[in-house]
Amino acid sequence: MSQDAFVDFQNVWLAYNDALLAQNHFAVEDINLQVRQGEFIAIVGPSGCGKSTFMKLTTGLKMPSKGRILVDGQPVTGPLKISGMAFQAPSLLPWRTTLNNVLLPLEIVEPYRSNFKQKKDEYVARARKLLQTVGLGGYEDKYPWQLSGGMQQRASICRALIHEPKMLLLDEPFGALDAFTREELWCTLRDLWTEQRFNVILVTHDLRESVFLADTVYVMSKGPGRFVVKREIDLPRPRDLEVTYTPEFTNIVHELRGHIGAMRKSGAVINQ
Amino acid sequence: MNKKTLERWSPWILLVITLLVWEVLCRAFSVSEFVFPSPSRIWQQFLEFKEVIAGHAWRTFWVTMAGFGIAIVVGVLLGFVIGSSRLAYAAVYPLMTAFNALPKAAFVPILVVWFGIGIGPAILTAFLISFFPIMVNIATGLATLEPELEDVLRVLGAKRWDVLVKVGLPRSMPYFYGSLKVAITLAFVGTTVSEMTAANEGIGYLLISAGSAMQMGLAFAGLVVVGAMAMVMYELFSYVEKHTTGWAHRGSQGE
Repeated sequence: MSQDAFVDFQNVWLAYNDALLAQNHFAVEDINLQVRQGEFIAIVGPSGCGKSTFMKLTTGLKMPSKGRILVDGQPVTGPLKISGMAFQAPSLLPWRTTLNNVLLPLEIVEPYRSNFKQKKDEYVARARKLLQTVGLGGYEDKYPWQLSGGMQQRASICRALIHEPKMLLLDEPFGALDAFTREELWCTLRDLWTEQRFNVILVTHDLRESVFLADTVYVMSKGPGRFVVKREIDLPRPRDLEVTYTPEFTNIVHELRGHIGAMRKSGAVINQ
Repeated sequence: MNKKTLERWSPWILLVITLLVWEVLCRAFSVSEFVFPSPSRIWQQFLEFKEVIAGHAWRTFWVTMAGFGIAIVVGVLLGFVIGSSRLAYAAVYPLMTAFNALPKAAFVPILVVWFGIGIGPAILTAFLISFFPIMVNIATGLATLEPELEDVLRVLGAKRWDVLVKVGLPRSMPYFYGSLKVAITLAFVGTTVSEMTAANEGIGYLLISAGSAMQMGLAFAGLVVVGAMAMVMYELFSYVEKHTTGWAHRGSQGE
């Protein structure tokens, strides 16, 4: 299992700075995790439990204080260009059209950066196609402030995927959307993933979202941030929104909810 | 007349009303023109001395623009430096604030010692008084970057420079144009103040010499001309701002 893992965390600990390290105060503790190539994992947990820290570790934006992280067989030593990120805030640039926002990563990341001018037509075509797949065809030349919140988030996901990353990291990407738009975007993400099979690490506190989308759900505890439960989701694919109304689905959500509830109680005692 | 046209013409209407009230008061109380000239008297003197005024106005205008030009270059460069480096920000900002608190008119005698009477002190006073808002606004625009966006770019291997050029600079453009509008009016203040004591030409000089010759109408005409020039430049930059950074003025949702 460990050999063919795409993302491999081996006893990873992180303290945010040396002072905290000296006090043995860690943001995340003893993380062990193996993710297969193309696996969709979701991390759920109460807010402030270190989910976003986990993302920074995976992308190489933060280095662990102890332990080792391997991605694609290589130790992580710096920012990982094979990853794309999207957050709760779409953070699109308001002076660029949707199309140019999506093209932004290609202006920065190698090897696209060096030949961006020569191959611009090809990249524009690629961006247009990607925008079309997420249902933004016809909005390419609109500015972000002319789009609805859900459309902005779709564009933000396109921006994360334009350089064809092997790993997509999403930090509560649908948190700010209304329930209907959120479910629409679940399906968009599902379809993109089914087609391209990149790895997804989805950080969320929406349990239904995690169960609907992921192959494996990890539950994280708060203070210290640890993985306490690993739950394989064996619901058959392709999954349709209908599945969220089946008893199997509800049972899994309920089970996860139980873990989090138990943690919150004991966590409250520890924190006092 | 509907609401929109009324709004558009409202500054002119207010101006006309003010002038009328002014004229009526001057006539009703027969205020001496050596104390407070009426608008008609100012207009009369304006026409009488229009060539003289035009000469002085042109001088004030180009001197101001020269000082303002230097202010843009220096303000943008300094703003870029202190906005892109935390250390530079910490080091420079307190000093700059202290400097900004000094009355710039107080520099004029020193500048006269260094550069003599003439354009030198005027250009430099205009520059000194107007570069500060430009610098602060560029620095602010560069320094406000959402942490998420920074992560998105850094993970792609973006260098500081990439982030500055792709995100920081465009983001600071509305601040920049906003500051130009403020700075140009300040620059006119600087030039005029300097010309009052350290020049033999320019509107400032005209004000002083007209005042000492008791030609109050002429002095007021000079004031009106400076005000008009500053306002025209303000409107110009306002126009440029709206047509280059329209994205910042529309009702943007979220970001």
